[in-house]
Amino acid sequence: MENCMASIDFNNVTAEFPIYNANGRSLKKRLIQVATGGKLSADERGHVVVRALEDINFSFKDGDRVGLLGHNGAGKSTLLRLLSGVFVPTSGVARIEGDIGSLIDISLGIDPEATGRENIYYRAALLGISKSEIERRFDEIVEFSELGDFIDMPTRTYSSGMHLRLAFSVSTIISPEILLMDEWLSVGDANFQHKAEARMTDILNSTKILVVATHSRELVLNTCNRVIWLEHGKIKMDGDPASVATAYFGM
Amino acid sequence: MTSNSIFNALADIVSSAKRYPLVGMLGWADIKQRYRRSRLGAFWLTVSMGVMIASIGLVFGQIFNTPMQEYLPFLALGIVLWGFISSNVTEGCVAFTSAEAIIKQLNIPLFVHVLRCFWRNFIVLGHNIVIIPIVFLIVGKPLTLTMLLFVPGIILLSINLLWISLVLGVLSTRFRDITQIIVNATQVVFYLTPIMWAPSLLPSRHAAYLLNLNPIYHLLEITRGPVLGTTPAAESWIFSIAMAVIGWLVAIVIYNRYMRRIPYWL
Repeated sequence: MENCMASIDFNNVTAEFPIYNANGRSLKKRLIQVATGGKLSADERGHVVVRALEDINFSFKDGDRVGLLGHNGAGKSTLLRLLSGVFVPTSGVARIEGDIGSLIDISLGIDPEATGRENIYYRAALLGISKSEIERRFDEIVEFSELGDFIDMPTRTYSSGMHLRLAFSVSTIISPEILLMDEWLSVGDANFQHKAEARMTDILNSTKILVVATHSRELVLNTCNRVIWLEHGKIKMDGDPASVATAYFGM
Repeated sequence: MTSNSIFNALADIVSSAKRYPLVGMLGWADIKQRYRRSRLGAFWLTVSMGVMIASIGLVFGQIFNTPMQEYLPFLALGIVLWGFISSNVTEGCVAFTSAEAIIKQLNIPLFVHVLRCFWRNFIVLGHNIVIIPIVFLIVGKPLTLTMLLFVPGIILLSINLLWISLVLGVLSTRFRDITQIIVNATQVVFYLTPIMWAPSLLPSRHAAYLLNLNPIYHLLEITRGPVLGTTPAAESWIFSIAMAVIGWLVAIVIYNRYMRRIPYWL
């Protein structure tokens, strides 16, 4: 396991979304007004298609800490979904070796009517963590979340901070080879943040490849060793953090 | 990885089956979510179905002039099983669309969502089935050994419902109108199928001919028949088995072709 190399290879990857409920013409008109976002076009049958990503090429290997920069709608989320295997490219080849963990939308699957305890099991099942594993680490998760007796209360009674602490505590027990993130996770009060920061560092150190979509210059400069700047679904720049950040954020 | 062999669909189905703890949990969570903070929980469904059976039974038992000992068990089984069939079919249509958040975020085999929908409705069936022994007790209908045939019957019904949900789920993710069409169609099928009325009430041979073409009739025959103490006709078995085999073949072809488009369609 330890000797296995994780790797990601994207070869001319394109992702196109059909938009069925839109009027082709009016959308075409709006095309001119769209400042950011993927390219809109019509396919051979006249359907309106959003080309969220076009001819993306890159390969990541062990040790890569990749930051994805780009405006809203530039294709960052679509790229993360292709990396997670949720989307299969419309054309091109996406080869991903290694098990993937995602810290995107850590609250997904949390049922407000269910107790914290139940939600730990739901969330873990969604992440593919076995029941025995979760039972073994249950106390650790509860302790980390600092929820105490609230763990047996419905999560709708939680404050938003407690909610996030619960989601964070379950979601971060993973240690994947490839980690996907959408912005840095920052939860709770100062004290919890400190703990969370330490745990994030732990995960990051054990993961082989990190891909994080962000708008933060600090994150790119402090965490990443490679940055890809996406614009209109294409790679505008791919290089070391300092130079891409300078080009993207300006001096 | 991008090869388009039929094994993609099969691999998805097999790995979905392996995620049975997740399926089980999500199915139960659906039930719990619907009935949380209510004391009777999912038995509310049973109560309302019981009330419906009692009222239809009283009215139509009189109209058809059938003895209650025969009519009530027939009706109760028909309605309970129909509830299982129709909710599987209509909820199967939204199996993928209702799981949009999960599908777009986590790489979980997609057939999990069809299984979740089936399992949820199977749990509901488990609640509703308690009506049957109560009805049998009330009208004093005896139990028979033929009842054991219910087990293969319900398995065969389930195999059929799974492919129907899968096909409808895929198609209605792409064409959202299908859900509405199916909801309407199930209402029509309810009246066309001998659930409230017994097949013996049909006057002519032509009508009986139509009945034999109704797949739901055969699926009901192999499940309802044994519990009522009648051995289902061989043709009902054959029809149901053929439907399962052909249906699954068609389903796999469709699923294999469109499986990867589902996240894009959501």
